[in-house]
Amino acid sequence: MIEIGLGHYLCLSAIIFTIGIIGVFLNRKNVIIILMSIELILLGVNINLVSFSVYSQDLVGQIFTMFILTVAAAEAAIGLAIIVIYYKNKGSIDVEQINSLKG
Amino acid sequence: MLAHSLFFYFFSSVAVFSAVMVTISRNTVYSVFFLILVFISISILFIMIGAEFLGMVMLIIYVGAVAVLFLFVVMMLNVNEKATERPIKKNFINNISVGYIVGAIIFLELLVVIGGWKYKSNFIKLSSTDLSVSNTHALGSVLYTDYIHLFQISGIILLVAMIGAISLTFTKRENIKRQSYFSQIEREKSTAVKLLEVESNKGVNLDD
Repeated sequence: MIEIGLGHYLCLSAIIFTIGIIGVFLNRKNVIIILMSIELILLGVNINLVSFSVYSQDLVGQIFTMFILTVAAAEAAIGLAIIVIYYKNKGSIDVEQINSLKG
Repeated sequence: MLAHSLFFYFFSSVAVFSAVMVTISRNTVYSVFFLILVFISISILFIMIGAEFLGMVMLIIYVGAVAVLFLFVVMMLNVNEKATERPIKKNFINNISVGYIVGAIIFLELLVVIGGWKYKSNFIKLSSTDLSVSNTHALGSVLYTDYIHLFQISGIILLVAMIGAISLTFTKRENIKRQSYFSQIEREKSTAVKLLEVESNKGVNLDD
């Protein structure tokens, strides 16, 4: 309990990952919070990679974490741009009303 | 060791609480602030276990860029119609109280970090890599040799994302006089200047 090991960090990453996934499903209000939940999911993955990298003293995990950061930033930029033009065209970003594709 | 576990529990509980608040909070602006809190806590955890470069990069990228991007979009889009229905004064008080909470937690975390910096040698218990080379140095020596192609590809991904975001949100406005670079550059003496032979006492007929 007192000794902090690999397991504690893995538990933290699992908790944050799960909160992100629950946030994606639970949120029916607006798309921006769904994007933030995706950021939380990627953060959970990052914690997992970094803790394994520090535990096994292999720097490759941290390098992959940097690439995940890059992709997450690109994804946030593109996603927010899509949200902006969607709002400009439709006037609302309610998740319930986004059904033009009939998916 | 005790200090490390106390710090871990403090920061991880703050991170988990803020992550829950991101998903369940009514106001989107509060969600963005709690997202900032999550990222600050996690980056402090990264610094504690010895991945200091990633912690700092996370602070710069997420708190400095991505969260500000989210805030701008939230402010531009006016998503909270329910929240604006309430009377203004109550809203104001709510804003103030949530801001105080987030600010106080961040301030507490900073105090804890500054206080814990004295016992820094206790923290890096998990990683017993050679302390002669800093984390940033080691990371760079791996990143720029073995993973140079992936590094450049990630640069291309960022470029594509930038072009995509600009071209998605770019709108051409009408009724605006624009500079036409090509017609300016293509202009030559033969098309611009017309030389006329003027006879005396007749004059020239200029038609324009």
